[in-house]
Amino acid sequence: MKNKLFEKYFVFSPYFWLVLFFFIPLAIIFKISISVSEWGMPPYQDIFLFDNGFKINTTFENYVYIFSDYYYIGSFVNSLILALISTFFCLLIGFPLAFYIATSNIRLRNILLVLVVIPFWSSFLLRVYAWKIILQNNGILNVILLNLGITSEPLQLLYNQYAVIMGIVYTYLPLMILPLYGYLNKFDLNLIEASKDLGLNRIKTFFKVILPLSVPGIVAGSLLVFIPVVGEFIIPEMLGGSDRLYYGKILWEEFFVNRNWPGASALAFSGIIILVLPIVIFQILYSRWSQKNEI
Amino acid sequence: MKSSLIKSTVIFLGLFFLYFPILVLIFYSFNENKRVMVWKGFSLRWYNELFNNEQIIEAFIISIKIAALSATFATILGVMIGYSLVRIRKIPFKSFYIFLSSTPLVLPELILGLSMLLFFISLNNVIGFPSSRGQLTIFISHVTFCIAFVAIIIQARLTDFNKNIEEAAMDLGYNYTKVLYKITLPIILPSIIAGWLLAFTISLDDLVVASFTTGPGANTLPIVVFSKVRLGLSPEVNALSAILMFALIIIGLFYFYFNKKFKH
Repeated sequence: MKNKLFEKYFVFSPYFWLVLFFFIPLAIIFKISISVSEWGMPPYQDIFLFDNGFKINTTFENYVYIFSDYYYIGSFVNSLILALISTFFCLLIGFPLAFYIATSNIRLRNILLVLVVIPFWSSFLLRVYAWKIILQNNGILNVILLNLGITSEPLQLLYNQYAVIMGIVYTYLPLMILPLYGYLNKFDLNLIEASKDLGLNRIKTFFKVILPLSVPGIVAGSLLVFIPVVGEFIIPEMLGGSDRLYYGKILWEEFFVNRNWPGASALAFSGIIILVLPIVIFQILYSRWSQKNEI
Repeated sequence: MKSSLIKSTVIFLGLFFLYFPILVLIFYSFNENKRVMVWKGFSLRWYNELFNNEQIIEAFIISIKIAALSATFATILGVMIGYSLVRIRKIPFKSFYIFLSSTPLVLPELILGLSMLLFFISLNNVIGFPSSRGQLTIFISHVTFCIAFVAIIIQARLTDFNKNIEEAAMDLGYNYTKVLYKITLPIILPSIIAGWLLAFTISLDDLVVASFTTGPGANTLPIVVFSKVRLGLSPEVNALSAILMFALIIIGLFYFYFNKKFKH
């Protein structure tokens, strides 16, 4: 009997906290997203009205408003493209690194792994700030380019989408490398030797042996980079310019600048539905599939 | 021979890419010049100014306080979740439980921050609390999204370790609670410490959620730093970066030490 009480205490303390401070806030976002907006504080009407009898006062106007305006849809699309490109480059840089770390001898491997992840522990904001220093007009990169004679005058490297991609790839790279390493570490390196012995050249060995075996790592790493990048706010704000608007910025401004709470909530909730939900479902399906196929 | 040359080159370039920006930051923090990018000579001037900057010092203290408290709460609740998911069979609405404890990991911070802010405002309308936002609301939000990180670490460790030890202790007459406090918790202690360190760092580093849930008298360090560097550069922030990077990297090394300890 005592055990039961104890188990309940363990299960329900965090349960209670998460329902109260995580689930209810999400429900409130949904509630406000279907409320009628108005001038005032708070800037929306209640969804339940009791004057003249009970009435439910909801609207999908906020969603219609968002999805009929290119300003909002465009920012969604920009964020998705940004996340795709950044994930691709993280993979391009992360894969060879993870592969060579996994094929090093065991002592070196552990040291390299810690070296790769340590920057991830230092402040995110400050690592982005570092790129602001590097990419300045009189920054270190421009000085190098000028001295090498590649350009005759400083290039505008900062405040555009390329700087944003640079910052994202830099800050998210460890998130790609870790799961890749985790899977590459597991597989038998003799397979590479075997495929060479069987006459496959390097390129064929890569595409026929190494790549298929690292698919789970690629999927895991790509998800870890893709999801947060879609909602990324700080990096475009620090390194980006006005050439491209992203989802995070639009959401921020809709709430803090336009003070349109129902609009911002609708944007947030659409974000959950469009971006997060498919990925969560994909992850569940994928883990079931890979369990079945024993990868 | 040729392939090992490629290998060393790739690893060297990769590490260079990861560390170059950090080294640049540290290098420029010793620049005498107020204009960050123009080198004038070695000086500790900005470190001096940093330690005399009350706004930054105050923000630092607030941040440390919130991070320590929320890491502690998140660790307690995260350990409970990890333990429940691995060891306790009967959890009502288990998939909902899993949903609650893992979604904060994948939800963009911006959405989390907005939902917390609107929650606190609605709560205030209904029960008159919290009347204004500040350190308490940041603390609650940080606990909420740090729980998931701790839970994952604990879950992984509990899945790893041999249940027989617990059962043997049970057979020897230990009751349920005693097994937990005398056997299970001491064994996973390194992971608990690792989880605490991770939660502490995440809270200390968070800008987005804190920006939404902050109020008067609760400017955390990232909020102050962001306001200083959003539009330009700041030599004081350079000095701060060098110190903070160093401190956080030490914390990171401790995390690896404790997280690894269990595996051997």
